[in-house]
Amino acid sequence: MSILINSESRVVTQGITGKTGQFHTHHSIAYADGESCYVAGVTPGKGGQTTEGVPVFDSVAEAREQTGVNVSVIYVPPPFAAAAIDEAVETELDLVICITEGIPVKDMVQTRKKMEGRKTLLVGPNCPGVITPEELKIGIMPGYIHKKGRIGVVSRSGTLTYEVVHQLSELGLGQSTCVGIGGDPVNGLKHLEVLKLFNDDPDTDAVVMCGEIGGTDEESCALWVKENMQKPVVGFIAGVTAPPGKRMGHAGAIISGGKGTAAEKISVLEECGIAVTRNPAEIGSLMKKKLG
Amino acid sequence: MKIHEYQAKILLNGYDVATPKGVPCFSVDEALAAAEELGGDVWVVKAQIHAGGRGKGGGVKVATSLDQVRQYADEILGMNLVTHQTGQEGQIVKRLLVEEGVAIGSELYVGLVVDRATQRVTLMASSEGGMEIEVVAEESPDKIHYLVVDPQSGFNRDGARELATKIGIPELSIEAAVDLLEGLYSCFWEKDCSLAEINPLVVTESGGVIALDAKINFDDNALYRHDEIRTLRDLDEEDPAEIEASEKGLSYISLDGTIGCLVNGAGLAMATMDIIKLYGAEPANFLDVGGGATADQVTAAFSIMLRNPDLEAILVNIFGGIMRCDVIAEGLVEAARQITLDVPLVVRLEGTNVEQGQKILADSGLPIITARTMAEAAERVVAATQGEH
Repeated sequence: MSILINSESRVVTQGITGKTGQFHTHHSIAYADGESCYVAGVTPGKGGQTTEGVPVFDSVAEAREQTGVNVSVIYVPPPFAAAAIDEAVETELDLVICITEGIPVKDMVQTRKKMEGRKTLLVGPNCPGVITPEELKIGIMPGYIHKKGRIGVVSRSGTLTYEVVHQLSELGLGQSTCVGIGGDPVNGLKHLEVLKLFNDDPDTDAVVMCGEIGGTDEESCALWVKENMQKPVVGFIAGVTAPPGKRMGHAGAIISGGKGTAAEKISVLEECGIAVTRNPAEIGSLMKKKLG
Repeated sequence: MKIHEYQAKILLNGYDVATPKGVPCFSVDEALAAAEELGGDVWVVKAQIHAGGRGKGGGVKVATSLDQVRQYADEILGMNLVTHQTGQEGQIVKRLLVEEGVAIGSELYVGLVVDRATQRVTLMASSEGGMEIEVVAEESPDKIHYLVVDPQSGFNRDGARELATKIGIPELSIEAAVDLLEGLYSCFWEKDCSLAEINPLVVTESGGVIALDAKINFDDNALYRHDEIRTLRDLDEEDPAEIEASEKGLSYISLDGTIGCLVNGAGLAMATMDIIKLYGAEPANFLDVGGGATADQVTAAFSIMLRNPDLEAILVNIFGGIMRCDVIAEGLVEAARQITLDVPLVVRLEGTNVEQGQKILADSGLPIITARTMAEAAERVVAATQGEH
């Protein structure tokens, strides 16, 4: 098993005829069971075409009706991306993964409101996506660094996740599922919700959680871990050296009003029994040590 | 994006938020003319820089004669204003706001942000006007009241009325305060603000409610749909290195250390800064080259870093995914050939086609120090700087 996605998932790429959507759909189809999982694309006005061997539809609803998709991945440009999420939510897909970076916060505030009471889960936006190694890759991560295994990974960043996955794989620690939740302040699944899924997944033995400066999501997650998590958690928080008031690349990575510092997050994580390393080169080896 | 106080006030006036009458000025003569035009016998001369804490730094003065207006304008224009938000280097004052004096009854605080926890716009209000909200949150959190705005139903006047009462606005001024808050919210929502803060909000002796100060920031991701806001940008207030970097599609932030770093991805870039510190040095910058990292971008990144007189070494840390290490290596070699690198360069490549990338670096004949892991890279870059002394 795994969380969120597996070889049973049926995926539609929203924005498949754009350069980015096409490129990443191509690489995702080439990975593991991708060919049977990617069954549709959507670009309004371009229905009837075929791109990367999958049929293109005008709407998600049509794609669902024709192909039975239950997961969507979005590569739509920022001004239209929130509307693309809304469309997937209205179509009642199980999961939407939004890769797009640069969506206005106001659009996401409205989209999150519309998602209330709906069944659809959202990962992202501004994220690398989700991968269940050797089954299905939905996103922009390099597939080959992953190995099938029993470690869950959740992170706000792209390349930092690859770094962690690479360390784990080198040490022979494969991954059950890796989830990039993204670097935006208003988004879908948070660390906490992903940790809950990993806790309930019989095929995940332990979890690496990578956080960064900004907000208090890591702290809320840690407090839940302390009371509920049945599995070891290893943590890393990026941005110990980040100055306050400066946005560090990610829209959400900012220390504002003295809140959201790495030091504060690290201390809460440690108080909650999470093994935290200050050295990003030692995340994999700390996990190895924890597992004994 | 940030704007000046006077720009924020003009914007808010468009939403029926009252402010003192004032005139932006770029010279002492203009300041004097503004004071004459405003009339009265009390004026406030305010430095216009993007950082807060201007009053404590000597950038806000109350004048009771035209001579004083001239004197203060002369003192403040061109001064290097140092506040807790500018850092030690301070910020040169190039613009002033001259305003009429206001008979203050009480000072309050109101601010709007997007709260990450509720994922909604949230109005914060406090009776402690003039104090920084962070300090109030720390010292007396019970004095801050919140009103969460539902994005579908919009601004809730009843909720705002309750909030206004809680922060001590007198009965007679409540409706005026609610009108002001509604205007502030409309501005925040329509203009895609990330922060709209009035501190202090003043109830005047005659019961009026006005914004004595105003601070507005905008969501950079939404600027594409606000041409009218983009024109308010003041490049004098921004770090030239950061502007140049953003033009090249790089995300760059100057820091105080000595080790320059060039990384792909914001999270990995922060982690790289952190590991430099862990191995005993300080990062000179944050630099995310994003997903592309062309030779042109790397060249620009190197030249920006090399302009920093404190720079002692550069660490490149790239995790190649879709972006292949051989392509990166070629870009690095080309950049290193175009620019005279007079500091040690340590390169750590990992990921797709890493062996080919390493070979390109080794065959280049350039004095590039390579490393396989982040730890090795950090150790080597710190050692390289120590070897120089």
